[in-house]
Amino acid sequence: MTAKMIGLEGSLAVAEAAKMADVDVVAAYPITPQTHIVERLADMVASGELNANYIPVESEHSALSACLGSSATGARTFTATAGQGLELMHEVLYVASAMRLPIVMSVANRALSGPLSVWGDHSDVMAVRDVGWIQIFVENAQQAFDNIICAFKIAENKDVLIPVMVHLDGFHLSHVVEPLYLLDQEQVDSFLPDYDHPLALNPEKPVSMGAFAMPVVFTETKKAQDVALKESKKVILEIWSEFEKLSGRKYRPVETYKSEDADTLILMMGSFSETAMLAIDELREEGRKVGLVRFRLWRPFPKEELIREIGNAKTVIILDRSLSYGTYVGSVCSEVRAALYARENRPDVVGFTGGLGGRDIAVAQFKDMVDKGEQAEKKSKDEIDIIGVRE
Amino acid sequence: MTLSWKDIEIGCIVTEPGSASEYRTGDWRADRPEYDFSRCIKCGICYIYCPEGCIYQNDDGYFVADMYYCKGCGICAVECWTKAISMVQEEEV
Repeated sequence: MTAKMIGLEGSLAVAEAAKMADVDVVAAYPITPQTHIVERLADMVASGELNANYIPVESEHSALSACLGSSATGARTFTATAGQGLELMHEVLYVASAMRLPIVMSVANRALSGPLSVWGDHSDVMAVRDVGWIQIFVENAQQAFDNIICAFKIAENKDVLIPVMVHLDGFHLSHVVEPLYLLDQEQVDSFLPDYDHPLALNPEKPVSMGAFAMPVVFTETKKAQDVALKESKKVILEIWSEFEKLSGRKYRPVETYKSEDADTLILMMGSFSETAMLAIDELREEGRKVGLVRFRLWRPFPKEELIREIGNAKTVIILDRSLSYGTYVGSVCSEVRAALYARENRPDVVGFTGGLGGRDIAVAQFKDMVDKGEQAEKKSKDEIDIIGVRE
Repeated sequence: MTLSWKDIEIGCIVTEPGSASEYRTGDWRADRPEYDFSRCIKCGICYIYCPEGCIYQNDDGYFVADMYYCKGCGICAVECWTKAISMVQEEEV
């Protein structure tokens, strides 16, 4: 059976995946640039193409709260948001992961206000590093489709039961029509078992969810949650491996491009990776040994895989697509440095900030980053270096 | 408390119904209700208003608070129609 390649806008690929996963409940609030995802799902529910309950709530805070409730009853639950929407539901994010409810949410990464921007960057992602969700980055519509389907299987696995965020770049991916292969419905049905929470809310077997904890026991509950998130990586790897057998497409926590013999690596997440790859191709033609390393899995942080893929590179150049105010190092840069700290002969880790609020980064600018990042002068300065900022 | 992090139920879900009843909220109070049963008309208003739900009828039919749970909020004393209840300070131990 040969799959047919079709063209779909990134957000519609996400909606298609959620539909094929046969979600039971979508509680969502629209926000640019994710709106196409939930609009399409609403259409599919209205036409009967998707048998689900669509709950149009009054805010993202309500959206995630409604998702908590539906997931708690054992309903396969999906929502989508972006930027300010992700922030509006911020307090509920922590609750969803602490309550171990396997909600799947796609986030069309968008800059956080102010000033108001609907365009893409990773500031919304960096604001939710600590919330306890599994977080996966995708770069194109194929990966978006595949990973939404995998996300349900990962989240609902009985040894995981942790909500999953799938990050896709706002506009750069959400609003771009890209080629992809869908799976057959039979393939998805065979891959995704029914969602079966061991202690779902059920009048026949009553439980209390959302308990409070006195100081004497709170610490233990947090350790238990953290261990569960870290151990989920094993299951994520297994599920990606199963998915490879199903589709022929392989996903890994840290993916690379021409990195094996590289002296210098660019490290980043999201769709700009594909632009970086063009820059790397050009630099390679010039004889430079440059490669790309990118996070597919952001949480749980894939420290082992990161160290392995960085290998013996001497310089790692980080692109942070967000600005953490008042400090000297970008968020991704600081996490990578921390991961490498204990290594003997660790590489120089150099940070750049760019692509804020939808600002493009051209191939030439990636090449500049490599040139500058390899200089001793740059390596000796710890400062926020914003690509393309007009002084 | 000896509960290890490994023994925490997933998502802190509580599977034992009514387990809150084991918690001695009576330790929290600073004042306690004292009763003048000669004034009590057994109307049950205090029982209805008690936010803890710890008031019950004793063998003589008078309504009294269960001191294991009573937090000493004094709402029963305020609501009592005949002022049969007064709040007095718990003795220092």
